[in-house]
Amino acid sequence: MAVSPPAGPTRSTSVIGGVALTAALLVAGAFLPKWLTFLVTMAAARGLVSLGIVLMMRGGVVSFGQGLVFAIGAYAAALAFKRFGWSDAVGLVFVGGVMAMLVAAPFAPLLSRYRGIFFAMLTLALSMVAFGVLVKTESLGGSDGFNMGRPTVFGQALGDAHVGYVLYAVTIIVAGALALGARAYFDSTRGLVSLAVRENELRVEYLGGSVRRAMAINFVLAAFAGGAGGALTVMSLGHIDPNFSYWTTSGEFVFVAILAGSQSVFAVFVASTVLEVVRSFSSLYFPNTWQLSLGLFLLFVIRFLPRGIGSLWVDRAPWRRSGGGR
Amino acid sequence: MSGAAPLLRATGIEKRFGALVAASEIEISIAAGERVSLIGSNGAGKTTLVNMITGYLKPDAGSIALAGRDITALHPRAIARLGVARSFQVPQLYPALSVLENMLVAIACRGERLSFWQAARRADALHGADALLERFGLAEHRERRVAELPGGVRKLLDVAMALTGQPQLLLLDEPTSGVSAEEKFPMMDIIMTALGAVPMTVLFVEHDMDIVSRYADRVIAFASGRIIADAAPALALASDDVRRHVTGAPGPG
Amino acid sequence: MNLAFTIAIDALSYASWLFIVALGLTLVFGVLKILNIAHGSFYALGAYAAASFVAWFAAWKFAPGWSLVAMLLAAVVVAALVAPVTERGLLRFFYGRDEVLLVLVTYAMFLILEDATKLIWGTNPYYVSAPYSLFGNVEIGPQVYVGYDFVLVGIAVIVGAAVWWGLNRTRRGKIVLAVIHSEEVAASMGVDVSRVYMAAFTVGIFLAALGGAFTAPMISVQPGVSVGVIIVSFAVVIIGGLGSIEGAAVGALIVGLARSLAVHLAPVAELFSIYIVMALVLMVRPEGLFQQTQARKI
Repeated sequence: MAVSPPAGPTRSTSVIGGVALTAALLVAGAFLPKWLTFLVTMAAARGLVSLGIVLMMRGGVVSFGQGLVFAIGAYAAALAFKRFGWSDAVGLVFVGGVMAMLVAAPFAPLLSRYRGIFFAMLTLALSMVAFGVLVKTESLGGSDGFNMGRPTVFGQALGDAHVGYVLYAVTIIVAGALALGARAYFDSTRGLVSLAVRENELRVEYLGGSVRRAMAINFVLAAFAGGAGGALTVMSLGHIDPNFSYWTTSGEFVFVAILAGSQSVFAVFVASTVLEVVRSFSSLYFPNTWQLSLGLFLLFVIRFLPRGIGSLWVDRAPWRRSGGGR
Repeated sequence: MSGAAPLLRATGIEKRFGALVAASEIEISIAAGERVSLIGSNGAGKTTLVNMITGYLKPDAGSIALAGRDITALHPRAIARLGVARSFQVPQLYPALSVLENMLVAIACRGERLSFWQAARRADALHGADALLERFGLAEHRERRVAELPGGVRKLLDVAMALTGQPQLLLLDEPTSGVSAEEKFPMMDIIMTALGAVPMTVLFVEHDMDIVSRYADRVIAFASGRIIADAAPALALASDDVRRHVTGAPGPG
Repeated sequence: MNLAFTIAIDALSYASWLFIVALGLTLVFGVLKILNIAHGSFYALGAYAAASFVAWFAAWKFAPGWSLVAMLLAAVVVAALVAPVTERGLLRFFYGRDEVLLVLVTYAMFLILEDATKLIWGTNPYYVSAPYSLFGNVEIGPQVYVGYDFVLVGIAVIVGAAVWWGLNRTRRGKIVLAVIHSEEVAASMGVDVSRVYMAAFTVGIFLAALGGAFTAPMISVQPGVSVGVIIVSFAVVIIGGLGSIEGAAVGALIVGLARSLAVHLAPVAELFSIYIVMALVLMVRPEGLFQQTQARKI
């Protein structure tokens, strides 16, 4: 009987790598200039939203409406802060994630029946309905939205000097934890079945696996990630408005997901950082051509790197090389 | 015959698609451990029966029982989880995944509840997958992406996946179709040998009568939705009806 | 009674605009199977080009009536220049790929064209006011409407009739219908599918640009014009059924009516009324009102 070493990085390797990276970022953040920590904070928070899209992509569908859960998470956190006085940063992340999940859950069974263009259009429509509702809801500030004050951490208020770094640290830790969770999910039996669903739904059903349940679960988990990302974003940004749910916002999250590919969690955050870097530098130096660059970049990736930048290291790794024996 | 209840029992099965009679007065009783070949020309009703056993088609009349339990109205997934496994004429695999991953998916689906946390590549799953791959001679292809594999290997993998979770009843849909003449017997040998490790009840749809006479204990022949023979291969293949409708003249019966 | 009339007129006016824009989108999908996010960008190009052409015609001392010709010319030029470049230079490398992938390619096109427009015309708004007063004012009951608003209704009718006639009554049109229905069968019968693609795409762009060109006098032409158009035309096309000309008309009427009702009766629903209808159609009859294709996997 063949005794085979497990292919791919072991679970402990992923965990150690993830924790090490998080720790390194936390340390580095103390020495980086404020604009850079803010940029990384946004990249991490928004990366979570794109991570949700990647989760669904592993099942074979692309959501064009992830802005919906992004907005709900952000509005929920901001409202919990403003109306109920809940101020703990991590607590607000949970509020955002859970509220987004609760709103998404009723739609999960329905959406689990759709694929391709129709899945994309239905998710898009739902996010635009939310946009339309939010714009006209005066109590939420209408199209202007409203501002949010500073959250607290461990009961402590955050002073001017520390707030940037503390929120950065909270975001990095939460994103890191969810990223590790995502990695575990990808490697789990449910995660593998998701990939199988993308490849051949028929065979999954014949083996006794439920395709619709897999898709619905992906959708709900993606909602949590999106909501958490929304909460983290609004806390650092200090402001929320209906554009969080607009289709162009969803488009940016899709861009990051496509750029990253669906194999590596780390790639999602790298891709998100790339977008934030381009966004920041562009507004300074080339405000009228940054979308052009994004568009060209996207075409390049679609044409030459169809499995995303993650494929650059995942596919080349020794345990992935196909052909011949081992 | 031990006298024990049959593993699979189909009674009074009727199925029509408009004017087309896909199944009529079908009565089948299969004991555990039997190896039964379903023969008949295209459209004779073999695949319809397979689809009804696996639950994807519901008969217009009649019932199907697995180990005494009525499965006629069950959801296909429930039937699969009761231990009915199927392989496909055109292999249904996960092309972008490796051979090992294909097996792991099968093991996961057939196993206990799927987990959000438990690794797909945990030790017991890997052992199970590797054991089956060994039995089918597929161990050397373990890490290869299915899309890159030749046809014969894909067919074997398709059957190997069906064997995960120790099914009670295995339905093989034309296991040697699409395989070159020299490869047919070796392939069937591999499959039957692999099955021989555990007592397994097998229904296989086949068009090649040499394969049928060599590997089947019993032959059930179909024509126009009816059973025209149900006997040991030597008898069944020699019958006039079978010669006329199945093996003799070309074209649909 | 007056309110009902006002609602109807507004609905008709908005529906006409929607129809012109959505028709091109549904035609491109029907033939090329591409759901073109950049469709709104071509609309914007039409609007900008119209601004330029109208300004040039005015500078060349043409009578104001000629501004209509200028706008038509703008649409033609946009289609003639942009369609071949886009189709031959970009889209054709992705034919046959996954339909969602193609949507992403068109999304990239949208991003590129957004900035391309800014680079050519700058970021300041353009006002194409001359044509707007060409038709004076029309009094219907107590309401006074600008005559120009009904030009779009006229154009919608003409365009709809022309496309319908072109597809159903001409030989070339029937070839296009054949490709819409089944490309494989058409190709096996000798149809040059790539030429049909080119033609359909060009007409689609032309219609988008036409919509943009003739709407230019009614809006301020500035960056971001495309964004709202894209999403609303998606709604119309989904409601009516992807690839269906009749569907585009009915979808436009439904959306026009929904929005008009909202604006006059329940302003709070103005924005989401359209997307609610889109979502409901997708939930209940996803292939749209006029389609036979299977959209859901049970």
